Amino acid sequence: MRNTKRTQKIAFFLMLLATLLIVVPVGMIVIIIVQKGLPAINWQFLSDIPRQGMRTGGIFPAIIGTVYLVLGAIVFALPIGLLAAIYLSEYSRDNFLTRIIRLAIVNLSGVPSVVYGLFGLALFVVFFKFGASILSGSLTLGIMILPIIITTSREALESVPQSFREVSLSLGASKWQTIRHIVLPNAIPGILTGTILGLGRAAGETAPILFTVAAFYLPQLPKSIFDQAMALPYHLYVISTQVPNVDEKVRYGTALVLLVLVLFMNLVAIIIRYRFRKKKKW
Amino acid sequence: MRKLKEFIIEKLILVCGLAAIFFVVLIFLFLLKEGLALFKSVNPFAFIFGKSWYPISEPAQLGIMPLILGSLLVTLGAAIISIPIGVACAVYISEVAPSKTKEILKSGIELLAAIPSVVLGFIGMVTLVPWVKSVFHLPTGLTALSGSIMLAFMAMPTIVSVAEDALYSVPKNYKEGAFALGATHWQTIYRVMLPAASSGIVAAVMLGIGRVIGETMAVMMITGNSAIIPHSILQPVRTLTATIAAEMGEAVVGSEHYFALFAIGIVLFVISFIINVTADLFLHKRQ
Amino acid sequence: MVKFEVHDLNVWFEKAQALKNVNIEVRQNEILSIIGPSNSGKTTFIRMLNRLNELNPHFRMNGIVELDRLNIRNTDVEALRKRVGMVFALPLPLPLSIYENIAYGIRMHGLKNKAKIGQIVERSLKQSYLWDEVKDRLDESAFKLSGGQQQRLCISRTLAVAPEVILFDEPCSGLDPISTAKVEEAMLELKKEYTIVLVTNNVKQAARVGDRTAFFLSGELIEIDTTDRIFTVPKDQRTDGYIRGRFG
Repeated sequence: MRNTKRTQKIAFFLMLLATLLIVVPVGMIVIIIVQKGLPAINWQFLSDIPRQGMRTGGIFPAIIGTVYLVLGAIVFALPIGLLAAIYLSEYSRDNFLTRIIRLAIVNLSGVPSVVYGLFGLALFVVFFKFGASILSGSLTLGIMILPIIITTSREALESVPQSFREVSLSLGASKWQTIRHIVLPNAIPGILTGTILGLGRAAGETAPILFTVAAFYLPQLPKSIFDQAMALPYHLYVISTQVPNVDEKVRYGTALVLLVLVLFMNLVAIIIRYRFRKKKKW
Repeated sequence: MRKLKEFIIEKLILVCGLAAIFFVVLIFLFLLKEGLALFKSVNPFAFIFGKSWYPISEPAQLGIMPLILGSLLVTLGAAIISIPIGVACAVYISEVAPSKTKEILKSGIELLAAIPSVVLGFIGMVTLVPWVKSVFHLPTGLTALSGSIMLAFMAMPTIVSVAEDALYSVPKNYKEGAFALGATHWQTIYRVMLPAASSGIVAAVMLGIGRVIGETMAVMMITGNSAIIPHSILQPVRTLTATIAAEMGEAVVGSEHYFALFAIGIVLFVISFIINVTADLFLHKRQ
Repeated sequence: MVKFEVHDLNVWFEKAQALKNVNIEVRQNEILSIIGPSNSGKTTFIRMLNRLNELNPHFRMNGIVELDRLNIRNTDVEALRKRVGMVFALPLPLPLSIYENIAYGIRMHGLKNKAKIGQIVERSLKQSYLWDEVKDRLDESAFKLSGGQQQRLCISRTLAVAPEVILFDEPCSGLDPISTAKVEEAMLELKKEYTIVLVTNNVKQAARVGDRTAFFLSGELIEIDTTDRIFTVPKDQRTDGYIRGRFG
């Protein structure tokens, strides 16, 4: 009897240790970045263009570039992803085709990000001749976040109670009317959550944009979607590995800006999800 | 009129429903288009099993064995570290942690999952790499081991959350039955719950490993960039993913080097396809 | 005058047969009560009349259901459901305001004129005796109403699209006796203009309200007759047993 109790204590202690081994470093990472990056953050850093190969000046074009890319990605991924989610939730049956679709989504979400970069290069940059541009980068990122949008939107749609659909149909509304007026409006918070999570993911990815859009040193802002652009993740990569003599706090500062951007989006998504769960009237 | 509009909309919905299939096929086709072109001039076996990767030498040597072994080594190391810790953490969070701490812990793990890999690569470069260098007295800390540690870290949120889901869906009466027979909580966990959740846990591990194999930026920044067959975990290595990322910038479009990088892409795509499909099968295997 | 005619109806969900060889008619302006123990097929039957069973992917049928002598499978299902409305067992307001709940059906059918919509909303609420209780708060969420009020809201909602038949599927199962009485009162008033089919678990309610009563058991129609005769001199002893509470 005592032996089993002792075994349990040891087991639980080890498990706690394992958990701490994961969670504590996360906190430490965030703290280090904030500590060492905060000194670099000032208005000039955020709003100025890079100067002298990034030894002075700011990261404004990288911030703007990231914003453009992310917006472009969502413009592409949201309509297609939402309609696909509607198909899966409202129209599809339990058959072979649906299983294949599900398999395809699982696959898309598991494809390595650098392979997306290759694909974007081959299709958009070379084949469609868009060249390295915001257009190519956005489309590549859009395809990459498509599975996230589809999956979260589908869950949001499926969580609308079936009884609402039955009531609507029994009043003589058509299937699409039911979706448009009853199902969709009530799934919007969930869809929004998924969209923002997708945005966060797109903002932080480097490999897909390496060959499709990113440039390191562009002192002026992009003027059209066919231009190249700087982007925060790529910028961080280059100043950490390729450019010597960059002030340490600039590197940490860039990391901090990127981290804050991504975490902020995740936080917004979580808040939406939380408040929606509380407010649900059914 | 309304009926016509609805008909069009519903057709559009169907087309988008097939979008995922369309894109998977499209990706594979384009990879094949550019990658198979390599095998006009290079023997596939020589490509996969060749021991030397010197793409810019004359003549170019395009054997990816060092890269495969590099990926394998780093992945194995990451697996050894992340599987026990990840599963233990999942058990802790789902079974042992009091509910308030549970929420904090889950948020912490979600936080880790959200951090971009380039940021983790950067942090790894400035903290982990020097640490490995000094602890093991190495000429450089850019080693497979550093990569394994960082990648283990990146795999763990996936492993923890999927394993935790698997444990959560074990029917409550399994647990209650064991307790009723006088088992302790721990005994119930390892005799009843873990076996019951085993297919989900296997899926969790596979998905975590899938994430590791596909990781690019962090490995590029931490494992060094030496495309030679590694003899120990304390050496720099080069993974399949890092090779593509590092060399595509220099490869001329349409050159043999270019095709070779796409061929590596095919290898990666196939590997991740197998892992993800298998993991999904495990996830949907109800025992 | 016959409203619905059902010939040799068989229904399956996957392999399980829910209705066996049902032959029955529903007459204009009557209240037809349908009684029987659970799983007797009552709900499956009533859902045949507005083709709601088709939402279930495992649904299969053969046989004919006719409304006004036309096979309902060959008519436009949206038009059918406009003519045959349904009130469900649990009060199911849509997540909209009271006003919008009532207006929903007619809006979906294309009515845009605000004045007309307002008129119809008011009239429908009056028909189910709910108008006085909610006329000052039409913009509030329908979920704020009590259970009984919500159910009357659902009746109004169905009335707003001007159906010819109203199907009631155990409408009072979640309601207190006073609300139940109000719903029954509404039904008796409504039958003057509409044809009503009522599925109920409450044998006494069937007796109170129905002109004719049908007894279902295990998917079969055992007996159908005027309510008086069913409750005094049933022909089948199973009917007798169920009514007396010997099983069910």
